[in-house]
Amino acid sequence: MIRFNQVNKWYGEYHALVDIDETVAKGEVVVVCGPSGSGKSTLIRTVNRLEAIDSGTIAFEGEDIHRPGVDLNRLRSRIGFVFQQFNLFPHLTVLQNCTLAPIEVGGARPAQAHEKAMALLDRVGLAHKANAWPAELSGGQQQRVAIARALAMEPPLMLFDEPTSALDPEMVGEVLLVMQGLVRDGMTLVIVTHEMGFARDVAHRVLFMDQGRILERAEPHEFFEHPKHPRAQQFLADIRTPFARTA
Amino acid sequence: MIELIQTYWVYFLIGQYPQGPLGGVAATVLLAALALVLAMPVGLALGLARVSSIAALRRPVTVIAYVIRGIPLLLMVFWIYFYLPTVTGHKTDQFTTMLIALVVFDGVYLGEIVRAGIQGVPRGQYEAARALGLGHGKAMRRVILPQALRSMLPSLVNQFVSTIKATSLGYIIGLTEASFIATQINSQVFVHPTAVYLLLSLMYFVLCFGLSRVALMIERRQARRDLPRPARSPGSPTASSALNA
Amino acid sequence: MPGFDLQLLLHGQYHDWLVAGLLVSLKLAGLTIACALPLAIAIALLRLSPHRALQWLGATYVEVIRNVPLIAHLLFWYFGAPELLPDKLKERLYAGNFEFVAAAIGLTLYAAAFMAENIRSGIRAIPAVQFEAARALGLGFVAAMRRVVLPQALRVTVPPLLSQVIILWNDTSIATVIGVGEMMYQAARVESAAFHSVEAFAFVTVAYLAGSLALTAAATWIHRRWPVRTL
Repeated sequence: MIRFNQVNKWYGEYHALVDIDETVAKGEVVVVCGPSGSGKSTLIRTVNRLEAIDSGTIAFEGEDIHRPGVDLNRLRSRIGFVFQQFNLFPHLTVLQNCTLAPIEVGGARPAQAHEKAMALLDRVGLAHKANAWPAELSGGQQQRVAIARALAMEPPLMLFDEPTSALDPEMVGEVLLVMQGLVRDGMTLVIVTHEMGFARDVAHRVLFMDQGRILERAEPHEFFEHPKHPRAQQFLADIRTPFARTA
Repeated sequence: MIELIQTYWVYFLIGQYPQGPLGGVAATVLLAALALVLAMPVGLALGLARVSSIAALRRPVTVIAYVIRGIPLLLMVFWIYFYLPTVTGHKTDQFTTMLIALVVFDGVYLGEIVRAGIQGVPRGQYEAARALGLGHGKAMRRVILPQALRSMLPSLVNQFVSTIKATSLGYIIGLTEASFIATQINSQVFVHPTAVYLLLSLMYFVLCFGLSRVALMIERRQARRDLPRPARSPGSPTASSALNA
Repeated sequence: MPGFDLQLLLHGQYHDWLVAGLLVSLKLAGLTIACALPLAIAIALLRLSPHRALQWLGATYVEVIRNVPLIAHLLFWYFGAPELLPDKLKERLYAGNFEFVAAAIGLTLYAAAFMAENIRSGIRAIPAVQFEAARALGLGFVAAMRRVVLPQALRVTVPPLLSQVIILWNDTSIATVIGVGEMMYQAARVESAAFHSVEAFAFVTVAYLAGSLALTAAATWIHRRWPVRTL
């Protein structure tokens, strides 16, 4: 579904993405992890063109999406994106947040959009909050609404940029639960996350990134038990025993 | 001072109306309100131009803003008063002159307010709107501008206060606004200039201070409605009940 | 419309009038800034002091001055205030260059109110925890202010203060209302004396613009050279 081919990106002098070659198949759940600044967020943001690339190609559903002349809005309506900071629209109710895109971009009739949105809110467990304002919800609830909002256009691909990093620990679970539901439904997901437990349980594949490169790709079990690349080993060691590092 | 007020309060409030043009305090408020309303579309256009990614739109507007803010309003009034008649062919009356000058000035300042308002909306909002597939125009119209305009409201009221004060420049070209009327009253009464000018100042103070309190109230009400930053403690909604659009 | 006569601006009587006007504008602006800044600092400190009465005093000053237009201030100081003085003193005042003094007083009080707010905002922009952290390290009140709070506050305050100076420079034009011989007054004088007033207004426009743009450039340079560093 997604194919990265020799993708490179620079921020001025800084080489943010280095010779990325990767494929994500339909129905796959891929977790991208790595230290801060490794380029994980940048990578998924290039898929819906929130970031541009400097060389190489990225193909989505067979089409090169970074070439000029691509219908950007149509592309983005086929990719759902969930932000770390939720980014719900505070001046619209929860329901209106979810019907905005289907009506404005998809051309749906309000009644139709309304119905679909309610079904999605029900799926994430927040149908009873449909007429609430985002400011009235907790972080975990806001993020679940954000997921429903992203699902409203029925995209074949969902991207998650550290969806639980901004949440208090006790709310992380409710969001991961929703994401697990998406996995069970067979959706294609690419998730940037620090939640190693979730990755182990749910991912089909793990990509480890550092300094703009994909250094290791493996199935979760392989990756977490027997990491091959030294930097991956260091990363996992740091996560497990943060105080063990001496030098 | 009491007799002063008793004798002249009507004249001070509405000038010679209906035997003459509307004057005094009424003229001041009318001029300011009209100027602000007419300046709003100008301000919106200029503000949008200044945040635009199209340099051909952004640069000229930035230059215009610097130039207009770099000269006194009075100078602009003089330019219009002395030279507009030669351009249009007929004499411009004082009210129209002041109105045009104020619309230009307010337009530029409102443009700055709009720009600040738009740039004050967190970047994530724009990204979220675009990520959903909304084009730039729709994203601005349905997501960014509604939030920007709400946050701009206190600044708009403050700009109204500034405009009311700016109408006093009409005095210099003979417009019968409040300061002009006060001076006329003073030349008739002659022996109480302190009282006359204190009362004039008092009028402005009541009007402007009152409005700036309104602005403060709006600002406070909005702070309560604001979306909290993510990572909050569980189960505590912010302002509980009265959050209706 | 007659053509633009540059010669008018370079020699002759009108040239002299306009240049004299420019000098008066500069003098008025300079004097006002020199007097308003200390006054503004005093008012800001009043508003920041722990005593309610002093806070109220500062706040009242700011609100009363700010909500009355500059013209009303100048009219009051020139026409209204002298009436309170004994007749002999009043006559002496009007015989001398009282317009300039009245304008200076009015402008100083007006500008000081706005500058005081800028200074107060600047100091308040520094989070209180900075001061607390300094005290926690053992610095006294004065040392904490001097080494930690005020240096940061200064950088935040300077750009808005410079904006205020630009406004002040433009506001000197209003002194024409009470007969001060600054630029606008002279330009209007040229306008009624001659048929060539475009040149006069152009001169005045360039003078004001030059001042404003120079100040803006200074503000940008200062902001680059000594940027506000936040966490």
